[in-house]
Parts: sequence; structure tokens; C-alpha cells
Amino acid sequence: MVTVNLWSSLSRFTGGETAVEVEADTVAGVLDGLKAAYPGLAPILDTGVSVVIDGEMATGRHASVAGATEVFLMQRMKGG
Amino acid sequence: MSKIHVTTTVNGDEVEFLADPRESLLDCLRDHLGLTGSKEGCGTGDCGACSVTLDGTLVCSCLVLGVEAEGRQVATIEGMAEGNELHPLQRKFLEHAALQCGFCTPGILVAAKALLEKTPDPTETEVRYWLAGNLCRCTGYDKIIRAVLDAAAEMRQEAA
Amino acid sequence: MAKDELGETLHLVGTRPLRPDGLDKVTGRARYGADVSMPGMLWGAVVRSPHAHARIVKIDASKAEALPGVKAVVTRADFPEGLTGENWNLQENTMAGERALYDGHAVAAVAATSALRAQEAARLIEVEYEVLPHVIDVDDAIRPDAPVIREGAADATVPEGSPPNVARYIEFGHGDTEAGFAAADLVRERSYKTEATHQGYIEPHACLGQLGADGKGEMWVCTQGQWYIRQMCSSVLGLEAAQLRVTPSEIGGGFGGKTTIFMEPLSLALSRKAGGRPVKIVMTRSEVLRATGPTASASMDVKIGMTKDGMITAAHAEFRMQGGAFPGAPVDMALYCAFAPYKLPAAQHIGYDVLANRPKCAAYRAPGSPMGAFAVESLIDEMCRELGLDALEVRLKNAVKEGDRASYGPTFGSIGLVETLEAAKSHPNLAAPLGPNQGRGIASGFWFNHSGETSVSLAISEDGTVQVSVGTPDIGGSRASIALMTAETVGIPYEDVRVNVVETGALGVNEPTHGSRATFASGKAAVVAARQAIAEMCRRAAAEWGIDPEAVEWANGAAQPAGPNAGKFPPMGIEEIAAKMGSTGGPISGHHESVPEGAGASFGCHVVDVEVDPETGRTTVLRYLVVQDAGRAIHPSYVEGQFQGGAAQGIGWALNEAYIYGEDGRLQNAVFLDYRVPVASDLPMIDTQIVEVPNPGHPFGVRGVGETGITPPLPAIANAIEAAAGVRMRSLPMSPPKVLAAIRAAREG
Ligand code: FES
Ligand code: FES
Repeated sequence: MVTVNLWSSLSRFTGGETAVEVEADTVAGVLDGLKAAYPGLAPILDTGVSVVIDGEMATGRHASVAGATEVFLMQRMKGG
Repeated sequence: MSKIHVTTTVNGDEVEFLADPRESLLDCLRDHLGLTGSKEGCGTGDCGACSVTLDGTLVCSCLVLGVEAEGRQVATIEGMAEGNELHPLQRKFLEHAALQCGFCTPGILVAAKALLEKTPDPTETEVRYWLAGNLCRCTGYDKIIRAVLDAAAEMRQEAA
Repeated sequence: MAKDELGETLHLVGTRPLRPDGLDKVTGRARYGADVSMPGMLWGAVVRSPHAHARIVKIDASKAEALPGVKAVVTRADFPEGLTGENWNLQENTMAGERALYDGHAVAAVAATSALRAQEAARLIEVEYEVLPHVIDVDDAIRPDAPVIREGAADATVPEGSPPNVARYIEFGHGDTEAGFAAADLVRERSYKTEATHQGYIEPHACLGQLGADGKGEMWVCTQGQWYIRQMCSSVLGLEAAQLRVTPSEIGGGFGGKTTIFMEPLSLALSRKAGGRPVKIVMTRSEVLRATGPTASASMDVKIGMTKDGMITAAHAEFRMQGGAFPGAPVDMALYCAFAPYKLPAAQHIGYDVLANRPKCAAYRAPGSPMGAFAVESLIDEMCRELGLDALEVRLKNAVKEGDRASYGPTFGSIGLVETLEAAKSHPNLAAPLGPNQGRGIASGFWFNHSGETSVSLAISEDGTVQVSVGTPDIGGSRASIALMTAETVGIPYEDVRVNVVETGALGVNEPTHGSRATFASGKAAVVAARQAIAEMCRRAAAEWGIDPEAVEWANGAAQPAGPNAGKFPPMGIEEIAAKMGSTGGPISGHHESVPEGAGASFGCHVVDVEVDPETGRTTVLRYLVVQDAGRAIHPSYVEGQFQGGAAQGIGWALNEAYIYGEDGRLQNAVFLDYRVPVASDLPMIDTQIVEVPNPGHPFGVRGVGETGITPPLPAIANAIEAAAGVRMRSLPMSPPKVLAAIRAAREG
């Protein structure tokens, strides 16, 4: 189980929770797990989000979350 | 609109082209003579990327008509180095990393050369005001100003 | 001599050699977007809406088509239907559909045998409009009764019942802000506004596109990212991506504004209609200002609580930003960055991305961060003043460090904010005396830095020189920095490496040069690729020597037996291995494709001294200092250049630059004379100090440096103006009339 920290306006789709538990080993698992548990999140996750694992931006869906102490969902980032 | 035959001298070479009377000197240099070193950043005389000299006077070639070049002497960035021998300004721009994207560079070099011909020992303020018509969006001008001052110093030494 | 994190001595990294593309750029030979022509080429011109918001009733191109030399006219009818999401946005922005959504929105395009003929033809295309009500200002656009820009534009993040132009909504935070504010000795709440500004690259957009009836095409274009151009043009036109080869020209500045498409698909659509003849389109400056870029405008409310000794107890921010007629204002990034330099017990952030009748905003250097910094860094300064505290000490006291929770959620890894603030504190500029009407301001800034999809390939030439193919266009010296890192890794002279920026057909997908990623990501990939080639060269040497490859190591550009047990062989240099490679197994190369991990964030601190003329309200920048963490400066001159350039853009944003609209919703200042970017005589020398807190995520410790520098100038100058003139400016630009009005009001007040 990993605890995923959501930005708080997503709590509309999670019954008020901003930190939710998901059974997952990878970023893909986190995202799929979130969608399965909270279908309202699907369109938001599908447009693209950044997943930050222990302070590091995950670089792909296969990045491991096993043993992570902290997982954050953020809006997708790029730059100029 | 029928075209006008223009004979002029560019960087010491006599050249001819057919200009639409509405075309700027910049258009003619770039599109008829293949001299694309002069750039168009605005077309309204505000950025200096198109700087050339016309009979030794610094002008924005986007504000000069191509047909006005008839019988005149035009000097562009392409004529600044003597063969493979760079002008001191060109060398100093490289040494000082005075260019990032390099798009403003041809115009600034032409303008700075015109300055140093008239004012071999300019102050920082003089360089800044002389180049105020040459926009650079990348560098914040710091390294450009240093390169011009350094080139001026070197040229004075050579002349002495 | 510098050492890398492994303690190895560095020979090249940190030196300042001449850039490899320099000679072409000082002689006028370098080829930019508009500099290339092709046989049979046509010229394109674009018809643009003069209205901020209008229904397109009818487009009649018959007169244009009758003009000799006109070869093609395209409208939205020539584009495929059925696109969704951002692809639809891009298509709609490229060419208006049912409605023109902003002044300058493209409605038709034409190709003809000369540029003048194409412009004439464009004037002959008759467009009938039904003008609709428009809205420009973000605070007007968010009103429930504002003219609706697009029904159904709101995405799933927007709560039911929100005003119609709210396209995205975000809220995040942590801790108990109410308790935090209750614990504060001083709580202040202020509102701020920033205007839209343009990236202002001096090179207007230019492209030369060719597309045949068989769906195969080519494009030469000034862009920060050739693969983005390929992907976006393909989706907007319904092409197969691999059939389109996109070659990046030299690029005359981008700053984020050249990471997307504008008229590029038009040149392809025109070419296809004109029997596959190549079509060149070069924007005018006024087209650039009306229809490309700009950044978003912002309206922001910030509330901060502070104890009397300067500890921040809580923070609250609500930002509203418009990014034109499409979703995408960087309100989320603005909020993420706003409080990033501070360790906050509690913080709440709310953001609205709002539609308005303006051009679709594009990324601009640290998108969003300057706006957020303007609000937050201004308020912190104001509160320090009220409490009689030193603004730099307060920043140090509250500064985030490795292991702290960021205001945007996650825990920071290695960062260098404290080192940056300390370096600023001990810089001589802080002790420079100030005269009457002069004042000093400081502010911090932050940018995440981005990694992104990266593909690099490296090959050893027959003579032992090395070529590196990268996909990130060189905007400010990245060829030099990548060559330095490659040469350092291989152990050969800098001059023996040639870095080529290649077309889409030559590598896998690369994201653009954006997010300050070129030196980080392409550089990191080049180092990995170089290590692969080195391993292969060691294998070749081992085979020649008849020993185990593990018994060979690489040093100083040569394979060497590793230790006495490996056998006694003289080093085999890269030239020798390269000369023989045809008969020892063929070409030697390395390549690396990944999304590199570990793009390290960069903090900066700026210190500015200004003088404000009390009679005119004009602000003169007297002295300027940029201190920023570069991780490791590969080529310090170009790092300084990024610092200085970012500061200059920020100074322009603070003092002069703004999009000015008339009542009719038309942009009033679409030329450089009126959209005034800083010129040489506006600025002093810009002092720089490079702080190096190595990024553990990069082999040489690099942090991207391109973006952070535009962030602090906005608030730093506002803070300096208050110090000089006693007035607090809360809306940008801080132009002479506004500052003068504030001075007069304060005198009368
Ligand atoms: S192009 Fe001539 S001044 Fe800008
Ligand atoms: S170097 Fe880019 S505009 Fe001057």
C-alpha cells in the first residue's frame, strides 16, 4: 500500500480525502488504482499529471513506488 | 508593378538586381542577392537587426527602399571580416560570449563598427546609447557592451 | 581545478572556450528560420481577424484566387475535423473555425509566387464577421455574466456552478492556516496584478513547409523543438508523424514561445494545395505580438502571517490567470512556485485558469513563477518593513533546505537556496552606498527545471574525433556545454567534438529546449552515450591485446591495461582505435534514450538598486546583482548569460512591458516602438554570482539555469521602488505615469 497525496481540490472525487491508499508498485499502478477507486479522477489523470516520489519527479509509468515514503500528485510540469 | 533595375555596390562588389519599388533594401539584400546575414526583426526601424551602412552611414535597411541603393555603397555583415580574418569586434564578441541566439549579432556588429569608426574611444554610456536602437532579447547587453569596449581598446592599440 | 562529485579532476568542465557555432553567427552565415529558400518556392501570407470576438459569417476568396500568381488559399475547411483536447485547441488557434477568438486570430491563408503578391492576395480575401461581445481583463472574464468564450471549455477540475470562463481549477495546501494566522503578530492581505508580456525573441516565427499529395513532407523552421512541431502539425493536419521531416534552423530566441505551433501547419496545408510546392511563411513583428506567445496576465490575492521576529506562520494565495481564449494559463505553476523558497507550517493555494479574448498563451521562461513571486515577494518585503526586519535575514530564517517540505507538497532533495542567500548577503553590492531617491530591493526566485524525453547519439569518427547528435536546438550555447561534457568524459580536446542539432529523421523523439533542460538532459544523455562508446573502445583494445575487456580501463583518451596483472601494453589512444575500427568490428558509437531522472531545482536571489525620479516617476536601474545556483557551471560565460538575460527580461516586465488593449479589444501596441523591451541604454551592467551546489542527478552536477532568473526582478524592483520613493506598487508595469501617480497620491494622502 502506498499513500498518495492529492491536491486538495481532487478531494471532490475521493469523498473528501486528500491522501488515499492505493495498492501499487509503480506509477502506472498508482494511477490505475486511483482511477479504479475514484472514477471521477480519470479525466484529470488522463490529461496528464506529474507524480513526485520522495521529492523526485517520476520519469515514467514504470517508476517504482515500492518502499516510497512519500508520493505526491501534481499538475504536469514543463517549462519555457 | 513593374520592376526597376538597380546597380549598386555591396561589400565592394558591383551587383545588379530587379526590385519591386515597394521592396526594402533589406528584402533586396536577402531575397535578390542572397545576403541573408542582415535580419528582419521588426520591419519598422525599431530593432536594428537589419543594420547596414549606406555610403558609410548606419541605416536600418528595412527603412530604405531597394531602389534607393542605386549607385550607392552598401556594407553588410557579410563584408565585415577580411576573408578569414575576423574584425576585432567579431573576435571580441566570440571571446566575451556576447551572443546567445546570435540573431541580433549581425546588426549589432555593423552598428558597433560604425560607432568605433567615428568614436574610437567611447565610454560605456556612449556605447549603450549608440546601440539603443539594436535590440537584444537574450543577453541583457552586459557582455555586448564589454565586447565593444574591449574591441575598441584593442583597435586603439593597433592604431597607435 | 574543479572536481566532480566523485572527486575526479576536471580539465574542461568549468572553462570558457569559444562556442562552436560562433564563427557562423558573427559572420552572418548562420541560417535562421527565414534565411533558407527552395526551388519552386511560394510565399504565404495570413489573413487575421481584426476583431477580439466575432462569428465568421462568410469567407470569399474569389478575388484573391483570380490574382495571377496565387496558387492556393486555405481556410479551416481544409483541416480535418473531429480533434479533441489540446489537439483541437492547437488546430483552432492555428486557424479559426466558427469564430475568431482574439484580435489577430488567423482566419485564412494564401500562397503566391512572391511575398508581395501573397500580401496583396491576403488583402483581397473578404471575410464577413458578426462582431460579438468580448472580454480582455482576467477579473472581468471571471465574472459570472462575462461573455462566454467557449461553452464546455471547463475540464473536470472545475466545480459545478463556476463562472463560465473558468477552464481549470486547482486547490492545494497543507497545515492549519487559521491557526497559523492566529499565531502571527502581523497578518497582511494584499492584491496584485501583472500584465501579459511577450517573450519578445528578436527573430519572428518563420517556416518553409512542403507537403505532397502522398502525405510526405518536410519543414525548415525556427523552433525550440522539432519533434513538437512534427507531432503538432501531424495531429492538426491528420498526417503520419514519421512522414514529416522537421529540420530546426538556428533559432533567434524562444524563451518558451517557440515550443508550439502557430503558422507552421498553414505552410503545409498551402503546399499540399499548391501541388506540393514549398511555401515559406515569415511573420511580421505585429503578427508575432498579436498572434503568438504571450504569457498570461494575473490577478492575485495573497495573505501572510508573520511573527515579530520574522517567522512565517501561514500563507494563503488565490490566483486568477487568463491565458487567452484557450485553457493553459500557468496558474498551477505560479502557485507551486509562489512560496517555494519558504518553509511554511501551513499554506493554502487556490487557482483559476480563465479564458479571455486574447491570443493563446505560450510558455515564457519559468511559466507562472514571475507572477507568483511578484505577489509573494512584494508582500514579504512590505511586512519586513512594517516589522523593522531585514528582508534578507527573514528570507534566510524561513529558507527551505534539503529534507524540508515544499510549499507545493513534496520534500525537497538537494537544493541551494541558503547558499544562494548567503552569497548575496556577502556580495559587495549589498554594501554600496545609496543616495537620495535611491533604494535597494531584494527578492528570491525558484524554478523546478524539467527533464523530458531525450535521445542522443554519439559516433567516433575515423580519426578519433567525436560527433554528437542532439535534438535540443542551441539557443544560448548548449552546443558548447554538451561538447565540453563529452570531451571531458572521453578525455579528448574540446575542439575534437562536434555537436550537431539534428532533424526529426535522425533521432528518436526529443522534447524541445525548454524547462532549462538542454544542458541537463541532452548533456546527461551525451555522457551516457560517451560511456558506451568508451566501453566498446575498451573491448576493441582488449581484443587487440588478447586480454579480458574487464582488464582494460579508459583514461586520458586512451585504453590502458588496468593494473599490473592485465599485462604490459602501451596505452591505445582513441585515434588508433578509431583508425582500425573498420577492421575490428565496424563503427563505434553510443546512444542514449530516456527521460533522465534528477533535474535539480534552481533558486536565485536578486539585489537591485534603483533611483526613482520624483518629478517624472521614472525608475532607473543603477545596479543589479543575480545570484543563482547552477549546480555546476559547465561553461560559466553562458550561465552568466542566462542569468543576465533573465534579469533583463524581468526588468522589462517590471517597468515597461505590457499588452495594451483598446475598448474594442484590439491590441494597441503591436510594434516594438510601443511594446518597449529594455534597450542597452536602459540597463546597467548586470553582476552575476554563480553558486554551485551540485545536483546529484547529473554526472557533472548541472542544474538548469535558464528560467529562474526572470522571476525575482519583478518583486525586487517593486521592493526597491518602495525603498526609494516610499510607494508600494502592486500592479505591473511600474511605468512612470503609474509610479508618479502613486507618489502624488502619497504626498496628498
Ligand atoms: S528589421 Fe529593421 S529595424 Fe528591425
Ligand atoms: S543574442 Fe539573441 S537577440 Fe541578441
